[in-house]
Amino acid sequence: MIEPAKNLANELTELFGGTQVELQEFRGQLTLLVQPEAVLAACQKLQQRGFDLLAALTAVDYWPKQPRFAVDYRLYSLERNQFVGLKALLTDEQADLPSVEPVYPNANWHEREVFDMFGIRFRGHSDLRRILMPYEWEGHPLRKDYPLGYEEVQFSFNFDEIERRKKYVKD
Amino acid sequence: MGIEQKLGNLGAVTTTLEKAVNWSRTRAMWPLLSGLACCAIEMMATQAADYDLSRFGMELMRASPRQSDLLIVAGRVSRKMAPVLRRLYDQMPEPKWVIAMGDCCSCGGVFNNYAIVPGVDEVMPVDVYIAGCPPRPEGLIHGILTLHNKVMGEKSLRVEA
Amino acid sequence: MLQPQMEITVDELRQLVSDRALQGETMLLNMGPQHPSTHGVLRLLLELDGERIVNCVPDIGFLHTGIEKNMEAKTYEKALVMTDRMDYLNNLGNNLCYCLAVEKLVELDVPPRAQVVRVLLTELQRIASHLVWLGTHALDLAALSVFLYCFREREHIMDIFELCSGQRMMTSYIRPGGLWRDLPAGFDQAVRQFLSLFPKRIQEYESLLTENPLYLDRTKGIGAISSEKALQIGLTGPALRATGLSFDLRKAQPYSGYEQYEFEVPLASNGDTYDRYIVRMEEMRQSLRIVKQALDRLPKGPVRSNNRKFVPPPRSELGHSMEAVIHHFKLWTEGFPAPAGSVFLPVESPRGLLGCYLEGDGGPKPLRVHFRTPSFANLQAISILSRGHLVADLVAIISSLDPVLGDVDR
Repeated sequence: MIEPAKNLANELTELFGGTQVELQEFRGQLTLLVQPEAVLAACQKLQQRGFDLLAALTAVDYWPKQPRFAVDYRLYSLERNQFVGLKALLTDEQADLPSVEPVYPNANWHEREVFDMFGIRFRGHSDLRRILMPYEWEGHPLRKDYPLGYEEVQFSFNFDEIERRKKYVKD
Repeated sequence: MGIEQKLGNLGAVTTTLEKAVNWSRTRAMWPLLSGLACCAIEMMATQAADYDLSRFGMELMRASPRQSDLLIVAGRVSRKMAPVLRRLYDQMPEPKWVIAMGDCCSCGGVFNNYAIVPGVDEVMPVDVYIAGCPPRPEGLIHGILTLHNKVMGEKSLRVEA
Repeated sequence: MLQPQMEITVDELRQLVSDRALQGETMLLNMGPQHPSTHGVLRLLLELDGERIVNCVPDIGFLHTGIEKNMEAKTYEKALVMTDRMDYLNNLGNNLCYCLAVEKLVELDVPPRAQVVRVLLTELQRIASHLVWLGTHALDLAALSVFLYCFREREHIMDIFELCSGQRMMTSYIRPGGLWRDLPAGFDQAVRQFLSLFPKRIQEYESLLTENPLYLDRTKGIGAISSEKALQIGLTGPALRATGLSFDLRKAQPYSGYEQYEFEVPLASNGDTYDRYIVRMEEMRQSLRIVKQALDRLPKGPVRSNNRKFVPPPRSELGHSMEAVIHHFKLWTEGFPAPAGSVFLPVESPRGLLGCYLEGDGGPKPLRVHFRTPSFANLQAISILSRGHLVADLVAIISSLDPVLGDVDR
């Protein structure tokens, strides 16, 4: 681990030490693995330590492995010039966690996007509704059991049969 | 134009008048400002100084569909946007033409998934398709000239017997 | 097939609009997806009190392309073409972000010549993106000649890109491991010609706008934001630097050799529309400086990594080497495997912080690709920036934030 990251790792271990928080390191980037319920408290602690920008909020679907979802936060501190990651693992049945909007107001749209794409609910969010898909869309597209929804490519051997099925508007 | 109902089929007069009508339609076709994605940037570049669209009569892009007669669908059409585009098309008065500019609105393009309508011809009838991702400004001009040729050949005044 | 057009009634938006709207005191106006000044398909629901904006609720998703899901179905190299089309004014920048993330994940080296060319082309792309911004910004404020001038300059840059890769916009020139192929013969001359003519042109644009009383009236004091609020709402890039905070990833977390170049990060103090304009104009000058330095220091050497486990061999080798054929076959049919683990790679796009979150699972296709796009985060600030302003000011504010809807909706 490079020097600044090692200092940060030490500081984070003593900040969170003993509270079921695991520190992971991959390719020089630090990630804290926290329990879903502890996400808001962890964010508040980190904000007090200078991590004032929520750079990214995303989710990953590990289907069919359990725990199914992981919500990943990336926080940035301007004065230390460092990124730190926060990860919370969720199962299928318990796919909700507290919203970090009170701490970082810009999480508003990011959490809406995660809800839209994965179906993970955020408790305490001011306005949780679909943002990228049409409002009446059913299903959560980025889940692994949601189909890609592609159409078959029309080559010359199957041209006619696809042509019969294909919808054109001629009026 | 209500003149064609009154004239009926008058032989040579109708065909000459038809040619004149078609010619004038091609010379001042006003496009609707409906740039959706990347192809819109190339459409703007075609409108700008280097490849000038105003030499084809398209000096300005009208913002209102009621005042335009050409809908250049430039860019990818998503499922949320498709009803909006159809509404724009319905709001345009006759005669109107549609150019599908780029791969995404001709056939879905690079994207083959849940979110993109594979070809804007599922939503509205298209007159000219232009290939390219995005098509070069010369490609768009070629498409417009193809549309002009198509319009010149239209039977706009002949009454269905 | 066409879903019925869903009319958003006041009932559903009860929590979004203020009580005055429900009583009919303020008017709800839809600035719809098709609008000349919304820079793409952005829908804004405005709550107006006369001509003053009480609240502005953006509605996005009209350009949602499902790029992230589509990239999960392709191998790492083939998924690269999708990144061009995300922020379609910053094609090479998106390519660079994704390639850096892939290289970090699989620990692939990049030769020095490729790093210098990457910096050169990314800065040229930044200039091109700012030119389109300036052109459309001026067009929204009815300065049509600036639009024509900017696109004339942009044609030079497009010609340079076409020289390298054959394509004006969606180049996919930056690939994992380096570049697609080496620079062609006329490249140096073309870039030097551009370098010699561009500074005078920036001067020209500035002489038209910077001290123009019409422009000053329309932009000074409009859409101002303080730096604390800007950081809270997630603004990055020129919009944040206009408030006074110096946060530029090229200086803070340099990538691809940016620490070797001398350039300044322009700052302003008020955070209003005029300051965002000043910051971007100066950024164009600084990018030009970087391009000159990169061109002068261009080393000789290969442009793509030699690691045949990840990089396909050049076609000339396929004629006489069996290993090359095997590598070629394996890489193009199956792709290379990436370890299980996730990286987050932030770069500085012309709009702000562009981050690629890439997670591999041991297989040839990514498990998850997420792009933290700057326009998505910046656009949240619209409701704060436009409160209390006129509708005409809203047009100036949107164009000064520089949203690219492909970036917002992905």
